[in-house]
Formats: sequence, C-alpha cells, structure tokens
Amino acid sequence: MEILMILTVGVIVSVSTYLILTKSLLRVVLGLVMLAHGAHLLFLTMAGLKEGAPPLLGEYASSYADPLPQALILTAIVIGFGVTAFLLVLSYQTYKAHKTDDLDELRGSADE
Amino acid sequence: MSTLHFLVLAPFIMAVFIPFFYKWFRQIHTGWFVLALPVILFIYLIQYLPMNETPEPLVVPWVPSVGINFSIYLDGLSLLFALLITGIGALVVLYSIYYIANKKDEPLNNFYVYLLMFMGAMLGVVLSDNLIVIYVFWELTSLASSLLIAYWFHKDKSKYGAQKSMLITVSGGFAMLAGFCLLYIMTGTFSIQGIIEFFASNAVFNEALFIPAMLLILLGAFTKSAQFPFHIWLPDAMEAPTPVSAYLHSATMVKAGIYLVARFTPVFGGIPEWFWIITSFGLLTLIWGSISAIRQTDLKAILAFSTISQLGLIMALLGIGSASFIDHIAEVAIIAAVFHLINHATFKGSLFMVVGIVDHETGTRDIRKLGGLMAIMPVTFTISIIGIASMAGLPPFNGFLSKEMFFTGVLNATALDIFNVQALGFIFPIVAWIASVFTFVYCMIMFFKTFTGKYQPEKLEKKAHEAPIGLLLSPIILASLVVIFGLFPNLLSNSIIVPAIQSILPYGPETYVNIYHWHGLNTELLMTVGVVLFGSLVFLNLKHWQEATFFLRERDPLNRLYDGGLEGLVTVSKGVTNVQLTGLLRDYFAYTIVFMILLLGWTFFRFDALAFDFINVSEISPYLWIITGVLIVTTISIPFIQHRITAVIAVGVVGFLLALLFVVFRAPDLALTQLLVETVMVILFLLVFYHLPELRKEKFKPVFKMTNLVISIGMGLMVTLIAFSAHAMRHDVNFDVISQFFVEHSKPLAGGYNMVNVILVDFRALDTLLEVLVLGIAALGIVALVKLKVKEGSDV
Repeated sequence: MEILMILTVGVIVSVSTYLILTKSLLRVVLGLVMLAHGAHLLFLTMAGLKEGAPPLLGEYASSYADPLPQALILTAIVIGFGVTAFLLVLSYQTYKAHKTDDLDELRGSADE
Repeated sequence: MSTLHFLVLAPFIMAVFIPFFYKWFRQIHTGWFVLALPVILFIYLIQYLPMNETPEPLVVPWVPSVGINFSIYLDGLSLLFALLITGIGALVVLYSIYYIANKKDEPLNNFYVYLLMFMGAMLGVVLSDNLIVIYVFWELTSLASSLLIAYWFHKDKSKYGAQKSMLITVSGGFAMLAGFCLLYIMTGTFSIQGIIEFFASNAVFNEALFIPAMLLILLGAFTKSAQFPFHIWLPDAMEAPTPVSAYLHSATMVKAGIYLVARFTPVFGGIPEWFWIITSFGLLTLIWGSISAIRQTDLKAILAFSTISQLGLIMALLGIGSASFIDHIAEVAIIAAVFHLINHATFKGSLFMVVGIVDHETGTRDIRKLGGLMAIMPVTFTISIIGIASMAGLPPFNGFLSKEMFFTGVLNATALDIFNVQALGFIFPIVAWIASVFTFVYCMIMFFKTFTGKYQPEKLEKKAHEAPIGLLLSPIILASLVVIFGLFPNLLSNSIIVPAIQSILPYGPETYVNIYHWHGLNTELLMTVGVVLFGSLVFLNLKHWQEATFFLRERDPLNRLYDGGLEGLVTVSKGVTNVQLTGLLRDYFAYTIVFMILLLGWTFFRFDALAFDFINVSEISPYLWIITGVLIVTTISIPFIQHRITAVIAVGVVGFLLALLFVVFRAPDLALTQLLVETVMVILFLLVFYHLPELRKEKFKPVFKMTNLVISIGMGLMVTLIAFSAHAMRHDVNFDVISQFFVEHSKPLAGGYNMVNVILVDFRALDTLLEVLVLGIAALGIVALVKLKVKEGSDV
C-alpha cells in the first residue's frame, strides 16, 4: 500500500507543480492547494500505514497509529486553509483592480 | 572598562551630542565644542611618555565564546599613533573652525559627527588588541572617510571620490578580515599579542595558510595606505574639505595600513615573501607617486601624490626593516620608518593646511593661476617654506634627518646577504634616489609656482590677502614642530621612537636611537647633494619635459581600469538582473523548483541515498484500489479542465478523497478536519470564482509547455524517489521513536484519551497558539482586502 500511496503522491505533486507553472492565477492557487494535499498524504505515508489502532486511548489496543504526524498534519491543514483563503481574496482583488488574471499581463509595476 | 576603553569610546559619545550643540548654540561654531575632546585625550595620552614597561592588554569581554573581546593594548606603537590621531586631530579641528564658516546652510553637525566618528574608529584601530575589533573599527574609518569626502555631496566629483575610496578600502578590508580568520584558524586566538606569542613559541602550525593569510592582510594594508596600484582613490579623495585631507588622507587614516604592517611585522617579519612584497610595492609606490605628482597642476593633487609617494617610502622601509629579524643591520630602516612617519605627519599636515589657506584666500589651487604670493601672504609663505624644505629633505628640518636615514636604510639593505637581496638589492638605492629627485622637483614646483613669479589678480576669484590668525595657528604649530624635531630630534628618540620599535621588533637586542645631522661626508650626504643638484636641473628644464605627452595626462592611467571595471560591473549586474528578474511568477517558481530538483538530485547522488523496499509493505484492500484510482484520474484531469466550476469541484473531489484515505489510515481527527476545511474551501472557491473570468486554454508556446511538463514531472519524480528511499530506510536509522512518549503520557499527564488532541492542545499548545495567531492574521488580511477599494491603475 505504501508503494501505491507514494506513486499517488508523485502524481499529485507533478500535477500541482504543473498548475503552479501556468499563467492563470486561479490555476496557481489550485496548484498550491493540491500541493498541500500531496504533502499531507506523503507525511502520513511516511509515518507508516495501518500500524495499530487509531490514536484514541479508549480503544484499549495493543498498539496505536503514530499520533505525532497526525497532529502536525492537522496543524498544516488548518494553516493551509488560512493561506488559501487569503490567496483567493488576494487574487479576486487583483482581478478587480487589473481586469485580468493572466500573470503575463500582470507583470511589472506602474513605476517602471 | 578602563579609562583607555572610554578613550576610544569618547569620540563616539561626543558625536551623539553634536547635533544638539549644533541646534541649540547656533551662533557658536560647533567646532569649539569638539575641540576640547582631542585636546583632553592628547594631554591624557602624553602622560604615558616615555613608555618603558610592557603593558598588559585590558580585556572587556564582548563575545568571549569565540574569542572576540574589546581588549586595549597600549604599547609604544599604539601610543605613537594615538598621539598623532589626537594631536593632529586637535589642530585640524581648530583649523576647521576657521576654514568652514558657520553659515546658515552649512551642515557643520554632519561634519563634526563624521570627524568624531573617524577619530574614535581610528583610536580603536590602533589601540585594540583583538583582530575582529580592529576590523570593525577599520571599516568604520573607511565609512567615516567616505562620508567626509562626500561632505559637499551636491558635487558629482565628491560623490565619485567617496564611492571610489569606499569601494577600494572596504574590499581591501574584507580581504583583511579573511586573513584574520586564517590567522585564527592557525593560532586559535584573535589577540594580536597572543598570535605573536604563538608564532614565537610554536614551530608547528598549519603552514599552508601562512602565506595566504599574509597576502590577504597585506591587501587590506595596501588598499588603505594607498599603495600602487590601489593608490588611485587618494587623489580623488581630495574633494573632501581640506581639514579632512590634512587629517585623514595624509596624517592618520592612510597610515592605518602602515600601522597594520608594523603591527604584524613580529608575526610575518623574517620571511622573504614579506620582505620582497612590501619592499617592492613600497618602492614602486614611492617612484610612481613622485613622478605623478610632477604632472599635477592642482596644489592638493600634488600633495595627494606626494602623500602616496611618502607612504610608499615608509612601507618600503618597513619591508627592508623586517629583515632585521635575521640581520640586525636592517634595523635602521625601521627607525627611519617610525621617524619619517612622525615627520611626514608634521610637514604634510602643515602643507595641506597651507594649501587650504591659499585656496581659501585666493579661490583657486591651480598653480597656473597662482604666483607671487610671497609678499602678499608672508606668514603662509614662511610656513610653506619650512614644510616644503622638510619634504624635499633639506637641512636643518626633520625631513632631512629621516631622508638621510632612509638612504642609510636602503644602502644597508644592499649589504644584506639573505633572501637573494645581493642579486637585486642594488636597485633599492637607485629607485630611492630617483624618487627623491622627483620629490625635490615637485617641492620646487609647489614653492616657486605659488609664491614667486608674477601675481595675477585677474585670474583669481578673490583678492588675495593674508589669512586670519585662527587659520594660521595650526600650521604654525606644525611648522614649529618641523623645526623643533629637526633641531632636537632626540626629543623623540627615547621617548617615543624606541618604544615603538620595541613593539615592531619585540625580540631583538635593545634599540639605541641617536639622531643627528652631521655624519661626515658619507654616501647619504652625497646622495642628497646629488638630489638637490639634479632636481634643480630638472626643474629648470621643466618646460621641455612638459611638452612630452606623458605630462599632458594628469589623471593616473590606472583610473581607466577602475572606471571601466565599475562600469562593467554595473552592466553585468544589470544584465544578470534582467535575465533573472523577468517579472513573471512562473519564472520564479521555475527557478525555485529546478534548483530544488538539482539540489535534491545532487544530494541523492552524493550520499548514494537511493533505496527501494518492496517487501515491508502493508496489503492493499480492494476498495482502496478504487479510491486511489479515482484520486489519480481526477488529479490528472485537473490541468485539462477549461471550466472553472468543474476545476474547483475536481480539486474538491481530491480533497474529499483524501479525507476518505485519512479514515482508512486510522486518522479520524484528520478526516474530520479535512472534511470541514474542504467543504468551507469549496464554498469559498465557488464564491470567489463566481466573479472571476473563465479559465482559458493556456497560450504557451510548445517549447514552454514542454519545459513546464518536464519540470513538473521531474518534481513529482524527485518526491517519489525521496519517499521510496525514506520508506526503505526508515527501519535502518537508530532513532528512538518519540511517539511512544505521547502514547504513554497522554492520560497521566494531560488527562486526555485522544492523543492527537492532547498533542495539539497540551504538549504542543504553544504551536497551536501560534497557529491561531497565523489564522488571525490571515483573517485580518482577508477582511482588509475585501474592504479595500482599489482604483484602476493605482498600485495596491
């Protein structure tokens, strides 16, 4: 299963990198969201899959899944959410101000 | 902190108050407040004379863990320089009070803050024992010098000169820092005295670094002391106000390099490289400077090249003198160097001030316009003749004595039979003599063109008259010192010269210095007579010489190298910047990602880290094939979707599938969070996307598209490889897994059953708090952006 997950991560990272490199601002934002997904999945995979019960002591299991990566991923998900929300509003404002979301047309600044 | 520490810091402290003095006591010239400080410091320092005992370094810890301490070491050499800095400093401040008038828009506060900053920094350089502290103060002097050169910053030439001096001296200083670090690697200490002791007592050290350290330190010394070919900054530094030129660019700062060489003579002295490099660069500078001086028409430019030439002279003497670690006969060169250092400060200081007076009272320094000032400015004339005669090496002034000793030094050098001197040593006296002839010639030019000949009032901006007494006072004092040191040189010999020499040559036999005029009819005297005769001959035939094209070029040819280099640097930088900073987000991402791929690939290659493990894997449930299959297909389809809502939903699908995977992988909290976040995110996306334009087909060129594809596949591949290797190696490493701690302690320490929650709110609560802070900042930013109304065309 680890092999399958690793390959999935590889695909997600490739696609998100491709999206980040495009010209459309929205695709870039989508790419960043996808990259976060890939990273989370990678992190969880690296911690080892299906080893023990969920990290809840009420289960009284003999072994539990590693709780630490889960805690870290949880933090990452929330932070990623905040950043994405900010990016979205920023791209919306950019579009409103410049009437385009094409990064080619957005290059340069007024004082050049 | 000792009194000597405060002595170094006093000018800086004083500088803080200068703006207030300037503002509150506008009627009184700010210089009067400043003047007190160098006078007090000078009087305090003079108590240390004559210096007999060896002092102990006074240490104040700064960064003791890496051996950086603010330690003060006041020995003969330091004292000599400290006296020069404070003594000349006091005279220069006094002079500047009359030179720079207290006009309404004259930024006197700037001037005196920079000057005090320089004074403190220079005292720091000569009094510190710690190399890093020396470096800091060293660069501060460069900075202060640059600021002072650009004091009249509305002039382009001032800015040019300031930039030039800054670039040359600071890059030299940086090389010096590297040299210091090499010394630290060899000896394990930054203390100069410690280093000297180390090399005196240890025969075993990392010898491969010895010569590089020496070269780097010499680079610092040569740039600062304007040695060929780095001397080109000094003539342009003459754009500074004349008091500054007299102080920094002739008496003190440019001698910092000489101080450094003298200071390091006990470390490096006695090896042929040190001897040959310093001697040859010194002699080259000596002759180059004196020849260049003749071509100048600006009095200050003549003095600038003369300073370069004299610095070369002192440098060459230090080089020759370093041989006295092997043959004591060379010691006279060191004595001559120290003595000439003092003499040069006195006569060159007075001459700079005199030139300033001439400029001040006539409005020009051009020798083609000047003439006949002898009768109009008698006091100035008297001071000049003393200074010029001393510079030319005529008796009975101090310049004659040190010039004779210089000749003795170079003649003795020919008698050395070490370092292959016997083969090339005969050049030393010849170069010295030729340079002295030219020195004599430019002295005559200065004297005759300014003070004799026809007075040409129509060419002058002002009507010439004698300067006020305040302006004359400082050069008069310096000129009297020229006479006093000339007539009674032994005032200096035991009080200051001998202690200074003991610091330069610490392990030699006791030095005995007795300076007197008449040595009998020896070679040195004949050389001087020859200089006078031949020099006069050259001066009388100067008209023929001046027709040569060589003379028509006033600017040093080396300047073209600097100007061209600077221009090239700017052009290349601009080109690189333009290539690199395209303004396209895509390019920046591409750089970052490609660099990451290369770095990771190289690391893989370097540590041979690639590994695969297909055995230790858990089995795959059939329904997982379906989830993963859908996930992959959705992911791959996203770049091809042209419809915005579809794209958003596709990304949402990936998110929800991920949540499903979290459930499968025993992470209920993650699944919950992911579900929640993904739902909100999709809603948010849809809200925003409603206003945004439709996604278009990317209009990239095929090559471009291929590059993007290659980069993204490379990135995916790299992540996959890392994941494979990490997975394969995770059982090989000998780390204790810290997770067990959380499993064991969740209940007893935090009283929680959900370990993930306990980690978040208890064990790593501070992280979570900061996370909340990040979310808060993001929320604030979002609110601000939503409310922001941007007008078309204006920048956000």
